[in-house]
Amino acid sequence: MVTVSIFSGVIFWVCAVGAVVTGVAVFRVDSMARATFALLASFVFAATPLLLLGLSYLGVLVVLMMIMEMVVMAVFMIMLMMNPAGLMPMTMVHNQRGSLLIAGGTFAVLGTGVFLVDWPQRRGEPAPDVTFALGEALMGSHMLVMLVIGLGLFATIVSSVVLAHPRGRYDRFGDDLKGRPADDPIRGSIG
Amino acid sequence: MSPVQQGPLWTVLLVPVLLAVLALGGAAFARVLDARADGRRITGSVLAAPLAESGRLLVQQRRSVVASDRLLARTGVVLVPVAAVLAALVVPLGGVTASDLSVGIVWFNAMEVVMWAALWMAGWGTNSVWGLVGGYRFVVQGLSYELPHMFALITVATGAGSLSVAGAVAAQDGLWFVVWMPVAFVAFLVSALALSFAGPFDTATGRDVAGGVLAEYSGVDRLLLLGGRWLLLAAAAAMSVPLFLGGGAGPLLPGWLWTVVKTVAVLGLLVWIRSRVATVRMDRFAEFGWMVLIPLTLLQALLVALVVLARGAPSMGGM
Repeated sequence: MVTVSIFSGVIFWVCAVGAVVTGVAVFRVDSMARATFALLASFVFAATPLLLLGLSYLGVLVVLMMIMEMVVMAVFMIMLMMNPAGLMPMTMVHNQRGSLLIAGGTFAVLGTGVFLVDWPQRRGEPAPDVTFALGEALMGSHMLVMLVIGLGLFATIVSSVVLAHPRGRYDRFGDDLKGRPADDPIRGSIG
Repeated sequence: MSPVQQGPLWTVLLVPVLLAVLALGGAAFARVLDARADGRRITGSVLAAPLAESGRLLVQQRRSVVASDRLLARTGVVLVPVAAVLAALVVPLGGVTASDLSVGIVWFNAMEVVMWAALWMAGWGTNSVWGLVGGYRFVVQGLSYELPHMFALITVATGAGSLSVAGAVAAQDGLWFVVWMPVAFVAFLVSALALSFAGPFDTATGRDVAGGVLAEYSGVDRLLLLGGRWLLLAAAAAMSVPLFLGGGAGPLLPGWLWTVVKTVAVLGLLVWIRSRVATVRMDRFAEFGWMVLIPLTLLQALLVALVVLARGAPSMGGM
């Protein structure tokens, strides 16, 4: 029998309900800004139970990354995807029937799984550093491989941006590469 | 020096009070510098100006704008000071800390980044083009300093072999990090100014956009935004002490007093830069951030990592 203190139980349920409510709000509000920050709130609610599990590093990191990600996303979504500067009312709902079917199906499968899976009982004590233990359990001996893959992915992103960029150093500095300051369409010498 | 320990619960209540005193002091010092630059005499009213201004804003009526997004605006405005206080929770005062989180350095960074969302929401919420431009400016500027800022924090964590602030202080027993991580220290101070949209990085509230994010705010909303900016600057100054300046280490005086002395010195330096350096255009700062700060902070991190490897790393994962 797993004993859960009332305190963490309350936090878990507040976060669970909060995550669902703000998640629903994403599709109910009519402004891109509100939808973005409702999604951010949902992610933060989802990250808090990680702290309850003692995964403080992962929990705080998820909050950190999600805030940065959603703010940058708000900027780009409103700039590029919505009608005039995202200031007009909009809706996040598309292909309503299809998405309802997919969402309902996924929920049913996962929900049944929760009750069908034979969850293991706790044996022994949790590791002193749960984050470290989780990393080892997930990666094990593949840690080095995954780190190299991470570097490879990052190098791929950088090189594809470099290759896709229409302007090179000859456009910026002239044929002899001696023109200063650089001739850029956008000031700041990074364009 | 005794290691940093978790203080009793009531110390949490002390954090906002101390931070507010520090912020008020910083704001008063800024007024003094401004008065000197203008050739005015420095009187008691100059020193008391931040307090008087706060009182005036408290009784001033709130401005409301047609079709403003009140929910996002209020959330953003309130989050600015709240994020600053939450960030300061992990800063130890001498040998006592209000919250000895095992991942204090990451926590501090996460709370700083809340400022991005808060200021953008505050700018968006007033349905004003100036506010929106100001909010966008703050986020765009963030893309230039956030990576160097993170690399600076990572360098400290690498040098300490720990993500906790107490671990960083303990690792500086003997040699302060500022001595062998000067680039990280400078990058931290630069981004501290930028995160509190102060001094050369005040484009988000620039005069050229009629006050930017602040344009449509008055009364208590304006007080929260202006006060929150000072609170965050004070929190960053206080955080630089355990990260780079050895925490409460020092001769003769007790630890808490050394922390205060160092914090006041760093805050004074930041305020001086804020008052004396002209606003930097965002595009120029983007170039400086990506072409100078990021390579330098990466090299600094590499150097520190090599030193840590060479002297035999402390047990990994022992956070």
